[in-house]
Amino acid sequence: MAEHEHAESGGESRLQKTRRAFVRLMLSAVGAAYAGLIAYPIYRFLGAPARRAEGMAAVTQVTVQDGERLRANEAKMFRFGTRPAMLIHHADNTWVAFDAVCTHLGCTVQFQADKQRIHCACHGGTYDMHTGRNIGGPPPKPLKAYKVEMKDGQVVVSRA
Amino acid sequence: MAKWLSRAPRLAAVGAYRWVDERLGLGEVLGYARQKSVPLHKHSYWYYWGGVSLFFFLVQGVSGVLLLVYYRPGAEAYNSVREITFDLDFGWLIRSTHSWSSNLMILSVFIHMFSVFFMKAYRKPREFGWWSGLALLGLTLFLGFSGYLLPMDDLAYFATKVGLEIPRKLPVIGPAVVDMLRGGAEVSEVTIQRFFALHVVVLPFFFIFILGFHLWLVQRHGNAVPPSEEAVPESERHSIPFFPNFFAKDLAMWLIALNVLAILAALFPWQLGPQADTLTPAPAGIHPEWYFMSQFEVLKLFGRWFPGAAGEILGILFFTVGGLLWALIPLYDKSSQRAMRARTTTWLGYIVLVGLIGLTILGYFDLD
Ligand code: HEM
Ligand code: FES
Repeated sequence: MAEHEHAESGGESRLQKTRRAFVRLMLSAVGAAYAGLIAYPIYRFLGAPARRAEGMAAVTQVTVQDGERLRANEAKMFRFGTRPAMLIHHADNTWVAFDAVCTHLGCTVQFQADKQRIHCACHGGTYDMHTGRNIGGPPPKPLKAYKVEMKDGQVVVSRA
Repeated sequence: MAKWLSRAPRLAAVGAYRWVDERLGLGEVLGYARQKSVPLHKHSYWYYWGGVSLFFFLVQGVSGVLLLVYYRPGAEAYNSVREITFDLDFGWLIRSTHSWSSNLMILSVFIHMFSVFFMKAYRKPREFGWWSGLALLGLTLFLGFSGYLLPMDDLAYFATKVGLEIPRKLPVIGPAVVDMLRGGAEVSEVTIQRFFALHVVVLPFFFIFILGFHLWLVQRHGNAVPPSEEAVPESERHSIPFFPNFFAKDLAMWLIALNVLAILAALFPWQLGPQADTLTPAPAGIHPEWYFMSQFEVLKLFGRWFPGAAGEILGILFFTVGGLLWALIPLYDKSSQRAMRARTTTWLGYIVLVGLIGLTILGYFDLD
């Protein structure tokens, strides 16, 4: 009662002020809880494919289908997890495999047998076909090399 | 320092509001909303149902766009809905929300329509509110019908097949219209693709325009008061400001609607039947969604009373003429001066309401 009179005679009492602050805090907390409960399922729902891709990217070893049939001085594209990759059978009968994503801005690179190099058409980047080292144009880093092995007559590529 | 920090967000918000206000005049809108008032009386509760319908429509928009991220119309439709339901995190919840909210939306639209009817809010100058409202009801039902096919499970397939056979019985225009809607003689991938275009582009597009018109009219004319309140002298009537008082109550209703929806969607997840297959016989007791049940039952009854195609045509005629008369009510019951017409109309409203509910219930008992 006393505090009521107080309020009517001007400014709010201390109790009313703390009460108002408390109600405000509780309302914000409930509002935030609702927002979170709605946002979280949506976030998970939209993120599901990205998480699945991460799972696939965790692959450590791939058998290249028909890789053993690749002739000398030719290359074959294959998928390592979710990423494009390239298997090259060199004329000296060595085998190499690289991640085929250009280190500049992500285009897929190609093997140019006539020019004896790996080339990226997007901005003219070039890489050494034996080591994957960046040798010309904008690419800042070498292509990542994989380990290549022959197992039971099949080409098996794994993370180096 | 600490005090300044705690006040900074508030100051920033006030500053940002001022910046926008100077350019767009938000204050005017708010001032208008404060001036506008909503009548307060013992039937005021019914004023919330338009807002509730709007809430569910917004939910449909958001959950529908989320489904759109993974849904693939055409031959893969069933498979994509299966993925949404069983493979993607919380996909079942989003789909369940969209389906439950569509049912709740239709229910709220019906409640809204009948409350408007009994408040006689279709009288001058609100006739266009009544007509645009009926258009919104039609679009809502059509959205429900077109959406129901999209998962292409067995129920979706047969419900759509039967649902399209009925208007096909109409002389002259029936076959032409239905074959165009269906894209051929059978419900197939082609049908899914065009229902999809209707469901996510064409119908929402028209819906939003008519809804804008409808809401503009409400702003222009304000809420009608029911006859019982009209009898009260002007000086003894009460009202509350639209903003913030009624607006806050509206939000409270939305919160209740959200909670009801969340409970239904989470505890009773929407099911997905086996993939539709033309060679599999229709499951026993197959029936349309509840909101088409009364029409379904009328067709069944007329089919029993009148043999052959006559039953269907008479049944369709019954609903078409009934709907038309329902739309023309504002031209009949025009003012409180004509007490006789007012009373007849109210009785008509009771008959229609009880008739619809009765036929719907009867429909569920009349399944074989
Ligand atoms: C406004 C924007 C809307 C969009 C973008 C949208 C989008 C979609 C999509 C993509 C589907 C297929 C996924 C699925 O079947 O689960 C769907 C299904 C469905 N929609 Fe909508 N929709 C909207 C509004 C509505 C409205 C207003 C209603 C009814 C009042 C409605 C009723 C349905 C129904 C009953 C289904 C079938 C649900 C099922 O069994 O899974 N939709 N909608
Ligand atoms: S992306 Fe390959 S050179 Fe730019």
